[in-house]
Amino acid sequence: MNESRALYETIVPGGWNFSHIIRRGRTVRLTDVEGGANVAALFYNADNYTERYDMGDTLKIQHISSLFKNTCVYSDMGRILMSVTDETCGWHDVIGGVSNAKLIAGRFGEKTYQEAHNDFYRNGYDSLLVELAKYGMGRRDFTCTVDFFTKIAVDGEGNLSFVENHSPAGSYVDLRAEMDTLLVFDTGMHPMNPSKTYLRKPVKVTIFANDPVSADDPCRTFCPENERGFINTENYYI
Amino acid sequence: MLKESTRKETDAVFSEVVPAGEYWTKIVRKGETLRITDVEGNQSADTIFVNPNDIEERYNANNTLREQGNVYISTGTAIRSNNNNVMMRVVADTCGRHDTLGSACSCESNTARYGLDKRYMHSCRDTFLKGILDWENGLDKRDQVCNINFFMNVPVNPDGGSNFADGVSGAGKYVELYAEMDTLVVVSNCPQLNNPCNAYNPTPLRMTVWGEED
Repeated sequence: MNESRALYETIVPGGWNFSHIIRRGRTVRLTDVEGGANVAALFYNADNYTERYDMGDTLKIQHISSLFKNTCVYSDMGRILMSVTDETCGWHDVIGGVSNAKLIAGRFGEKTYQEAHNDFYRNGYDSLLVELAKYGMGRRDFTCTVDFFTKIAVDGEGNLSFVENHSPAGSYVDLRAEMDTLLVFDTGMHPMNPSKTYLRKPVKVTIFANDPVSADDPCRTFCPENERGFINTENYYI
Repeated sequence: MLKESTRKETDAVFSEVVPAGEYWTKIVRKGETLRITDVEGNQSADTIFVNPNDIEERYNANNTLREQGNVYISTGTAIRSNNNNVMMRVVADTCGRHDTLGSACSCESNTARYGLDKRYMHSCRDTFLKGILDWENGLDKRDQVCNINFFMNVPVNPDGGSNFADGVSGAGKYVELYAEMDTLVVVSNCPQLNNPCNAYNPTPLRMTVWGEED
């Protein structure tokens, strides 16, 4: 990614909610500034929020159980919202979801705004619901999340475990918008992160213009299913 | 984990067969137990759970898997909502493993999975939409969350892959769900004709309910 093509850049502090419409033809790079960040993300068609990231379709269409380079984020309508054109971690979790008020209070106690001002303890579920509400959406629009920069390992029996030190400082993931995509995310700590302290890890957001998708694009050719997913997506914009 | 039930069919308060391609909706009241039986084997019971008293509360796969620390649904699984409340518990299971990562089939995803010409074949998402619209309590497409596929076997590989494998289910195998709260259960009996996991032959399910126990 050519830094000189950056159109917009901002830092989202740890534990905060963020949203932005990433237009088709743009790529957003998420960078784990300090290492150990987590980005719990939701994705919607910016023109029709009822079309949204579908965890099951994303996994079964591509025969995967995590996101990594050249995989795609599918909507529930057989189309591709975003493609993972580049990333440095090799595994981004789709299973663990987000923290909630009870989980954070149970592990770290309460820290209110009155007492701590903007250092108060926030949680992923409530923060994402607040961000969704800015678009008129609510709990019924909260689906499963993709947790970028986090690996939840699955053993042969299906047991889950958090992998420590998975994302060093400077790790990044590039998401190319194949549709105009409302990207909503929270930078709170992953709910399975065993940290004894409440973590605040910042994430840099950079939006670039990208080149047109070629016929031999590695995301498009990742599997025959993705070729058809790209065709469905192109047909949507005729 | 395999566990047989001690409940007798003769004690049930409700029993109904659901043909392939049809939906089934019912509010299972707190304290009641629902058994879903794979009558002829290797069928998929695609199932969504909604709180009928607060329809914005519904099944969430991430919460369910994280809290149990395992990627498969079986005996002991607490079926959790977006609010992370326990809606139902799996109290018996003679199949051993059920999927919640694959979600339901749809006309649209079929085009990517199997071919652009596979659009016009009956699908679970269309069945779900008919079921939740017919329930007439304001549910719509947004409520069609990633569901549980009872009797489906989707092994997750430690390397990050997954696949729909041949079933571990068989004729007469069942799963039993105890309601920890009133739960609207919406089932689509999967009509998929493109996947070898059901031998291209969708078959009936039986839904059986037992009343609250002492």
